[in-house]
Formats: sequence, C-alpha cells, structure tokens
Amino acid sequence: MNRFLDRFFHLSTLSIALLTLLVTGAIFGVLLEQAKPAMDALGLNFLIDTKWAPNLEKFGALPAIAGSIMSTALAMLIAVPLAIGIAIYLSEISPQKLKTPVGVSVELLAAIPSVVYGMWGLFYFVPIIRDLFGGLGIGLLTAGIVLAIMILPFMAAVTRDAMNTTPDILKESAYALGGTKWDVIKDVVIPYAKAGIIGAAILALGRAIGETMAVTFVMGNVHKIPSSITDPATSIPVTLANEFTEADGELYFSSLFYLALVLFVISFIIIAFAKYAFLKRTKRVNV
Amino acid sequence: MTHTEKRILMNKIIMVLSTLSAAVGISFLLWILSVLVINGIEAINWNIFIYEGAPPGYEESGLKHALIGQLLLVGVATLIGVPLGILGGTYLSEYGGLKSKLANTVRDISDIMMSAPSIVIGAFVYAIVVAPMGNFSGWAGIVALSIIMVPVILRTTDDMLQLVPSTLREAAFALGAPKYKVILQIVIRGAKTGILTGVLLGIARVSGETAPLLFTSFNDNFLNTDLSQPIASLTVTMFNYATSPYEDWQQLGWAAAFILSMFILGLNIMGRLLLIKRKRT
Repeated sequence: MNRFLDRFFHLSTLSIALLTLLVTGAIFGVLLEQAKPAMDALGLNFLIDTKWAPNLEKFGALPAIAGSIMSTALAMLIAVPLAIGIAIYLSEISPQKLKTPVGVSVELLAAIPSVVYGMWGLFYFVPIIRDLFGGLGIGLLTAGIVLAIMILPFMAAVTRDAMNTTPDILKESAYALGGTKWDVIKDVVIPYAKAGIIGAAILALGRAIGETMAVTFVMGNVHKIPSSITDPATSIPVTLANEFTEADGELYFSSLFYLALVLFVISFIIIAFAKYAFLKRTKRVNV
Repeated sequence: MTHTEKRILMNKIIMVLSTLSAAVGISFLLWILSVLVINGIEAINWNIFIYEGAPPGYEESGLKHALIGQLLLVGVATLIGVPLGILGGTYLSEYGGLKSKLANTVRDISDIMMSAPSIVIGAFVYAIVVAPMGNFSGWAGIVALSIIMVPVILRTTDDMLQLVPSTLREAAFALGAPKYKVILQIVIRGAKTGILTGVLLGIARVSGETAPLLFTSFNDNFLNTDLSQPIASLTVTMFNYATSPYEDWQQLGWAAAFILSMFILGLNIMGRLLLIKRKRT
C-alpha cells in the first residue's frame, strides 16, 4: 500500500511539474497555430510593413513594433540611471535608520498593480506633458515616463540586492587604502555586482516591453510611426489590449495573434538572456 | 587642484547626484501613492459596497459587482493554482533536487514565465477557452490567472522546501516512514510558513492582473456569479471607468484602485512579516 502511494505521489507531483513545461509549449504552439493564416498571407513582410488598416485588410506591424521599442528604450533611458542612483543610495549612502523603511517602501511599490500606474499617468501626468509640450499629452513620451516609473521600484530593488552582496571586507579594505565612497563604489561595489546590475536592467527591459496596462492609458493607439517624441503611438501590447475584442475577420484576428507571438518570443528571449547570462548567481525568492 | 582634491570633489558630486536621483525616484513613487490614497479615500463610501454598476450620473452606483467578481476570479484561481504550485514545487525539491536536468528546466521555464507578458497569456486562453466556448467567461479568466499564479508558488515552494534540513528527512526515513509521508508530514510541515508566504505573494500577483482578463473574463456592469458568463473584475472595471469621460465613473475607478492596492499591499506586508517570523524561529 505504502509503495503504491509512494509511486502515486511521485508521479502526480512529476506530472504537475511537467505541466508547467507543457503549458509554456502550448502557448507557443497555440499562438503559432492562430497566427498561421496571417503568416501565410503576409509572411515576414508583416514585421516591416508600416500600414495597419483593418478596414482595408492591410496589416503591418512595424508601427507597433517600433512603438514598443521606442517606448521601452525611453523608459530604460530614464529608469536605469535613477534605479542605479537609488540602489547606490540604499546600499552605500543612506543612514542606517532610513535603509529599511525606504528599501521596503520601494519594494512594496513594485507590487502596486500596473493598471494603477497607468491611471495615475492618465489623470496626473498627461496634463503636465500637455501643458509643457502642447498636443494631446498622450503619446510616446508620456508612455516612456510612466513605464519608467513603473519598472523603477523593481529595478532598484534587484540592483540594490546585487550591490548588497559585495562582501564588507572588500569595501573595508578599499576604505583602508584611503578610497572615498565613490572610489569604493566604482572600483569595488560596481565591478563586484556588475552581473547583477546588468541582469536587473535587462530583466526590467523584458518586463517593460510586455507591459500593457501602464501604457494603454497614455499611448494613444495610433498606428503610425511617431515623427516626434510627443506624438501618439502604439505598441504591441497596446494594440492587443485595444483591438482584440473588436477584431472581426480571420486575417485581422490572426494578425493580432501574430503580434502576440512576436511579443512572446521577444520577451522570452530577453528574460531568458537576463536570467542566464547575468542573474544566475543571485538567488532570490520573490522576484 | 591636486589629485586627492579631485577625488574628493568627484566623490561629493556623485554623492549629491545619487541622493538626488533617489529623491526624484522616491518622490515620484510617493506622488503616486498619495494620489491613490487621496482619491481613493475621497471616492469611498458605503454605496460602493451596496450597489452594482449603473449608467453614469446615477447616485446609486457602486462596485459590488466588481468586488464579488474579483473575489470569485482570484478565489477560484487560488484554489486551482495553489495545489498545483505546491505539488509541482514539491517535485522540484524532493524528487528532482538541484542536479536533475528536468527539475532545472522546469525552474528555468517557471522563472521566465513569471516575467512573461501577461497579455500574451490572455491571448492564449482566448484561443483555447473563449473561442471554443463561443463567449467570454469567468472560467477563462480563472484559467489565465491560474497560469500566472502557478510559477510563483511553484518556485517559492521549491526554495522553501530546500531550506528544510536534510537531517529531518533522514530521521523520518530512519523511523521507517515512506517517502510520501516524509514529504507530507515532515518536510511540507516544516516549511509551511515559507509556503504560505509564496501563496500570499502568488495571490497578490494575480490580483493586480488586468491585461489577461481583458479578453477572457471580459466585463459586466452588473452582478454575475455564473462563471460560464462574462464577469466583472476590479481591474477591468477600473480600466473601463477610468478611461470613460464621466466623472462619477472615474471616481469609482479610483475607489477600485484604492481597494485593490490596499489588498495587494496588505498581502505583501503579511508575506514579509511571515518571512521575518520564520527567520527568527
């Protein structure tokens, strides 16, 4: 009886572990299958075609892909220096008393749902951009900034964790040689934590590129490659969120699945790269 | 200027820049938090818990439908996701171990799926559940949330079980206990606080998900508890109300944002406190 129960327990846990692999494979497979009609009809031209006009049965993904890349690049440009600044502050500069409260609030902010960031962006940030730059206030710039603010807590927390792994004895040796704080940071802490810092940035990039709700509010869903940074634009997730429930026609639908597949493949590769090229050593429980 | 003076000056510049960037980042985050709290508290009143959705302009308009819908979606997804996650994590730690290729592949894939774009999971569930069934449904939303929840719980369980000292297992084996009993009665019991933390974090994670619900559970402006039909959630309601041009709907959107964020922050704080408690004992 025990032997039977043992086998049964072993096999059932095994099959559940395998289920996770199966689901991931199924996501690839199903997206591929659903995207097939669009792939057959449009081929790889889909990726470089700039015209997205569902009423004319014309589907080109370049505006969405370009919008994704530009908004994410903008977000990274803003968030990376700020995140590294916060991480340096938390791990090396902040008075001991502030370390835990500030650190914990940064981590908790990473847990606030992205839809809330999007809402804040729409009601509080869009008017500011509108007053400063004119136009609608909705567009690439706003999306990039809101996205940056959204990934900031996560990136700062992971970067700080990486910096905190630097052994004190290394830092103390550098101080003993007469190094200033900055000397210690640039010659000891950053080299030591380099892999973790780069990994945190790339992981945040992977999350930002697939982020939907923070940008759907403020991007505009206009299928045109923006000529200025304040123009409305679209991105892959924004297109999916806005058009999925409205799509009629097989080709339209299939094109959206094609977009989803492109997004899944891109973010899968970025996240995998961040995890395995850089974050192998840092083991964390709740990222 | 001597070399030393230069270094000291450089040090000062960097210290100021870094403190400044921390101040900028943190004030942005405080801004969001205060907007959330001020608008949320202003918008919250008893009507929210009593009334269902109503057309804009109605006094008797609330979020009852979304609150109940949200609890149903997250609740059932938890009932599905937690056992799957814990059992899968148990395999990784107790049968697979750190050297097994299979276990490590499952770990790698789960790690990636934790950060994968959730809207893609929505599209996947649309194709396998919504399209064959012919309509949006609560079940579709639940499937999407479960897919997101399992990797979180699986990986935390795996990590937490590995922290249980192997001497405990050996002692139980020495008493003649079969492996499944050792796992269920010794290992999982020893790691229960840690596993609970994982469960709380998993629930917190899916509670804030909006994108995968947009085209699975869709939305409903009235109370519905039939999971084979479209069903309201706080997140999708928040999205629809906030993007509407009506001020009273926007107010309800803030109320939903506040309630949801407090719930999620509460779960995160509870998870953290549990972890601290575990470290002390």
